Amino acid sequence: MTADRIVRVASGQGFWGDWLDAPRRQVEGGPVDYLMLDYLAEVTMSILQKQKERDPAMGYARDFIGAMESVLPAVAERGVRVIANAGGVNPEACAKAVLEVARAKGAAGKVRVGVVTGDDLLPRLDELLAAGHPLTHMDTGEPLSTVRDRVLSANAYIGSTPIVEALRRGANVVVTGRSTDTALTMAPLRHEFGWDANDWDRLAAGIIAGHIIECGAQCSGGNCLYDWRTIPDLANVGYPIVEARADGTFTVTKHPGTGGRINVPSVTEQCVYEMGDPRTYITPDVVADFTTINLADDGPNRVRVFGIKGRPATDKLKVSIAYRAGCKAVGTLVYAWPDALEKARLADRVLRERLAAMGLTFEHTLTEFVGVSAAHGPLAETSCEAPEVQLRIGVRSPDRRAVERFTREIAPLVLNGPPSVTGFAGGRPKVEEIVAYWPALVDKRVVETRVEVLS
Amino acid sequence: MRVRLVDIAHARSGDKGDTANVGVIALRPEWYPVIAAQLTRERVKRHFQGVITGDVERYELPNLRALNFLLHGALDGGGTLSLKTDAQGKVFSTAMLRMILEVDTAEAATLGLPEMRA
Repeated sequence: MTADRIVRVASGQGFWGDWLDAPRRQVEGGPVDYLMLDYLAEVTMSILQKQKERDPAMGYARDFIGAMESVLPAVAERGVRVIANAGGVNPEACAKAVLEVARAKGAAGKVRVGVVTGDDLLPRLDELLAAGHPLTHMDTGEPLSTVRDRVLSANAYIGSTPIVEALRRGANVVVTGRSTDTALTMAPLRHEFGWDANDWDRLAAGIIAGHIIECGAQCSGGNCLYDWRTIPDLANVGYPIVEARADGTFTVTKHPGTGGRINVPSVTEQCVYEMGDPRTYITPDVVADFTTINLADDGPNRVRVFGIKGRPATDKLKVSIAYRAGCKAVGTLVYAWPDALEKARLADRVLRERLAAMGLTFEHTLTEFVGVSAAHGPLAETSCEAPEVQLRIGVRSPDRRAVERFTREIAPLVLNGPPSVTGFAGGRPKVEEIVAYWPALVDKRVVETRVEVLS
Repeated sequence: MRVRLVDIAHARSGDKGDTANVGVIALRPEWYPVIAAQLTRERVKRHFQGVITGDVERYELPNLRALNFLLHGALDGGGTLSLKTDAQGKVFSTAMLRMILEVDTAEAATLGLPEMRA
């Protein structure tokens, strides 16, 4: 291995729902070694758990199967490897679906799917509680027993080690459940460069590389406030690629001819995204120190990243628990000039009076005036008169019937409330079941991951 | 001299439960000391009075010419519990940039800070 050898990890999906065309563009637009696809947000696991309850063959991110189909030639013929946490609560079924696509496309035998399991703690929840793991809420300190009977899913965030193992055993597609977003990028670097599991600085560099590209185009010109008017060709935005070197330094770039922009400001914006204490970015693999990141422009659409330091990992894993937390619904109406805000305010009062008269109470009711104060609240200036205002009222309650009754009180306001109102073409608001997020910590040694390679 | 934060910094925000984080980045390296001196924990807490219900934490990243603020109790319960349009704290970034700073005129001239137009 030469010192200047480069491994390219491309990001093709920043969340479940991201641009469907991005994975294919990443493998066709230029050289890449690995394609990393992040599908899991905090509550995604619970949605997948509900799907699996209805159909035992479901419970994974279906979008991934379409993405695999679109990148299959690159995987089967050009040696590009794919790493995705698309497995959700059913990585085995996800792996089988990938193999099915490979067979259907005549690539059977060229696809070996590594499956990482062991993150799912739901079947072991009572055993863990009984053994003295209280799984207290990280922010509120409440014990899990307060919502135990409403828990839908429980998954430990797992690190890079089982993914590295799958790659070592020859998998060219790796499917995991709740692995951390950053591990999807760091694992191939550990595998390629042979970084030790206690090489803290390099591991931290891999994690920060992962953090920078895990939200897809959000580091390459998407949602970028800096000089946003001049960012070119967002319609063809290039998703980011990490060009990593064995010493832990890397360059963030994108394919030539794509839109968007990668420079120090665009990468800096992504560095601070969803950040807590910057010195202590805790992952299962390492504690990364964001105050050691050095960024330097290195030609057009290239940013060099170096100097990163890390510290030993903790002996805990974060657990993502999802539980049922009642229902909610949001209703909207639009009021027009003149006096749009005043009319919207009156409609809000009228609605609340009616709800109170019916004896309906809610755990929480929130009114917003979109176009005036929904984004910045009282910080927004209200000196000029709004040409139109959207009244947006939300309610939340453990009692589904109360929320349902609320959804029938919006439409009548069109004829029996304040004037100049429109925007009710969509019909009654939908009642939504709330699946809430319960973050907790658990001892690392109680979580055992397993790796299987299927072909 | 009055200076708008939006003229000397850019920002990005996100969520972690009921906490919004706002990273504020100086537009020029030489302006970082200005935002580091002006954006104290107390100043930011005052700015978001009536918007957040909890405390403010402040961190410095001189390497990125950035500050990171954690605004607790910012998201109406956060995640799926929140009824807010901005349940994930995406636009707290520009809410922060509404801040108007009072900077010593000589210092502002030396650093080339853009003066707020009336």
